[in-house]
Amino acid sequence: MIPLSYYLLLSGILFACGVLGFLIKRNIITIFMSIELMLNGVNLSFVAFAAQWHALSGQVFVFFVMVVAAAEAAVGLAIIIAVYRTRETLNVDRVNLLKL
Amino acid sequence: MLHLILFLFFGTICVAGAINLLAQSHPINSALSLIAVMASLAGEYLLLGAEFVAAVQVIVYAGAIMVLFVITIMLLNAGKEERTKGSRIAILIGVPGVVIGGVLVAWTLLHRPDMQTVPIGALKGDPSAIARLLFHQFLLPFEVTSVLILIAIMGAVVLASRPEAIARPHHSTPGPQETRKLVATGKDRR
Repeated sequence: MIPLSYYLLLSGILFACGVLGFLIKRNIITIFMSIELMLNGVNLSFVAFAAQWHALSGQVFVFFVMVVAAAEAAVGLAIIIAVYRTRETLNVDRVNLLKL
Repeated sequence: MLHLILFLFFGTICVAGAINLLAQSHPINSALSLIAVMASLAGEYLLLGAEFVAAVQVIVYAGAIMVLFVITIMLLNAGKEERTKGSRIAILIGVPGVVIGGVLVAWTLLHRPDMQTVPIGALKGDPSAIARLLFHQFLLPFEVTSVLILIAIMGAVVLASRPEAIARPHHSTPGPQETRKLVATGKDRR
């Protein structure tokens, strides 16, 4: 028996790490991984609340979040490949022009 | 007691992996620590009794999505990250702000009187019950999600393919003569 707040704190820490990585990292792939970390933190709080209220729909929503994350990863990594093909760099500081 | 020990074990791996993701400068190390975070999160889901979500977490997140990441890192031959210096005012204001905000959130969560406890394996999350919910109550979102996946696949193919292949679909695979010309001019590689 552990309090629900422990799960929420862990979820908050993961989300905060994701936000921090999104802000301080300069590699576009690592920034993308930080977004995945944020999604994972949100999923944990979904499941924790579902466990507290004995509601299965929380797990269904986690399922949908995972599906959207998979679609986002596929499209995002394709965009990263396209960016690398035109700019020859993965550093977001050098990707500062909309059109070459 | 065992529940708390297991929670702290998986939670420590989780937080350590998340911090390692931020600390590492090579993206492949960050990707491996993110896999550790996702695997230990699957352990947390098992503690909550959500076996289906734990299995999907390992298969989809730690398996499929991270394989995509690692393949992209190897394909693009990503090297060490170049660090740039941030502004000092952001550190001077941001760090105390984050500390104050974090302490406030943690204090509020830990001192709520009506916050309940979660017993081990609280969810009765067997896959058949989830499937019944997914295919009855959430049938329309499920179908919309499948269309979304289809669009995402097509978008990924269009985005990642070479621009010449889209402009000239009939000549997407160059014939032997063209290949020889491309090799001679060195234009087939970027």
